[in-house]
Amino acid sequence: MALYTDTVMDHFLHPRNVGEIENADGVGEVGNAKCGDIMKMYLQITDGRIEDVKFETFGCGSAIASSSMATTMIKGKTVAQALAVTNKQVVEALGGLPAHKLHCSVLAEESIKAAVKDYYDRNGIAYDHSLFPDCDSCEGCHMV
Amino acid sequence: MTVYMDNAATTRVSDTAVRAMLPCFQNLYGNPSSLHTIGQEAAKALLSARETVAACLGCSFKEITFTSGGSEADNQAIISAARIGARKGKKHILSTAFEHHAVLHTLRRLEKEGFEIQLLDVGSMGTVTAEQVAKAIRPDTALVTIMYANNEIGSVMPIAEIGAVCREKGVLFHTDAVQAAGHLHINVREQNIDMLSLSGHKFHGPKGVGVLYTRQGIPLTNIIEGGAQERGKRAGTENIPGIVGMAAALREACDRIDETTEKVTALRDKLIAGLSQIPHSVLNGDPVHRLPGNVNLCFEGIEGESLLLLLDQKGICASSGSACTSGSLDPSHVLLAIGRPHEVAHGSLRLSLCEDNSPEEVEYVLREVPRIVEYLRAMSPVWKDLMNGKRKFML
Repeated sequence: MALYTDTVMDHFLHPRNVGEIENADGVGEVGNAKCGDIMKMYLQITDGRIEDVKFETFGCGSAIASSSMATTMIKGKTVAQALAVTNKQVVEALGGLPAHKLHCSVLAEESIKAAVKDYYDRNGIAYDHSLFPDCDSCEGCHMV
Repeated sequence: MTVYMDNAATTRVSDTAVRAMLPCFQNLYGNPSSLHTIGQEAAKALLSARETVAACLGCSFKEITFTSGGSEADNQAIISAARIGARKGKKHILSTAFEHHAVLHTLRRLEKEGFEIQLLDVGSMGTVTAEQVAKAIRPDTALVTIMYANNEIGSVMPIAEIGAVCREKGVLFHTDAVQAAGHLHINVREQNIDMLSLSGHKFHGPKGVGVLYTRQGIPLTNIIEGGAQERGKRAGTENIPGIVGMAAALREACDRIDETTEKVTALRDKLIAGLSQIPHSVLNGDPVHRLPGNVNLCFEGIEGESLLLLLDQKGICASSGSACTSGSLDPSHVLLAIGRPHEVAHGSLRLSLCEDNSPEEVEYVLREVPRIVEYLRAMSPVWKDLMNGKRKFML
């Protein structure tokens, strides 16, 4: 299908790291079913490093591909490196997304941040709250 | 294996239509407005196509205007009726919430010009009754425009009854019959239809050509200005190959309508019965008053675009009313109009059949769709929440 790049289709048809991590150290869920996209990200973190990551997504092809790509970009990385991943980098790694699908990459970035925030909260780690927008302020639902 | 079940989007052009069109490119290539023999041969072909279309609709050839398609026909019908109404001080237009955008967006434009647009409720089945129309008609109603059959969910409206009500009350009645023409019996006289739009490519004719039927005596407003083609009501050199191909396709579809309906309805009902077995699914549209080829269901917990992409991998061509396939954040206005919540409307699947589909194809689709729905549900956090009770099932 010409709508998506080969990389998007590859990640959509063969999503990496699908599933759930039981007893994850951080879990983040963003989006809402009303808009048609929900991403849930599970992190297993040891000594500040993301040992394992899994995702579950309700959404279109680019939503599934964006979450899959995002997991590959943060697996094995430090939490700080994961937080530095931007939606733009996800789009670039996917070889581009159609304009009306860019919000999917925003959700991918937000899902990583939401999972890290949950990890910080659970472990009483101090952080700058302004760097972790809540779901209401996520521009994903306002971009189209 | 390619299984094309998106015939409500467009159809494969039939051999009959292609055969009729071919001479128009290199033999009957003249301009029908030209006086010379080659031009006049094209004019003859144009008249013959006009007579064919008129016969299929039960009207006079003088009441047929050829357009670029269904959208243009809808635009012209509605704008014309609005201008007629405005001249008499009538600025109320009655329609439904689940019309095609060619109708709804034209109405929206008229609303900005000061018309009052009233959209009738279509209920959970996606139908309107003649009583609803009768009750809503006012002394200042300029037009009733209600689609013959819905393009997404396949519900068929009681057009003859609505036509009778409108005629009795002296209100112009237009119907967008794009999904009905060639698939359901139409007779504009018997059904009291004043204006009707149709599109060539929905019944195995070519794209880029359509028809506006207008009962004699109703003045049309031009959408396209220019030459004197189509009695001065639609400028532009006539699309002779398209018009001739459309006429041939419509003739063939109407000749075979009963036999096609029987075959396609059987396939449709098999698909509906089989897909309804998928847990937490629901049929959209009226199960009885339904286009022969329309199948439309919602599956809870999944999103339609990913379903379509995976079906495409299996060679199955279908469509969906999800936001991601509409290019906006809102799912189909049709599914919302029949009361489906956003969450459920995102997970819709439309299969639209034609006489070329086979029982084997239906079997194949019935094998693949449940597998794909199950696969997508397995990775869906929404489905998981539904299953563990954190979220309540809507279906």
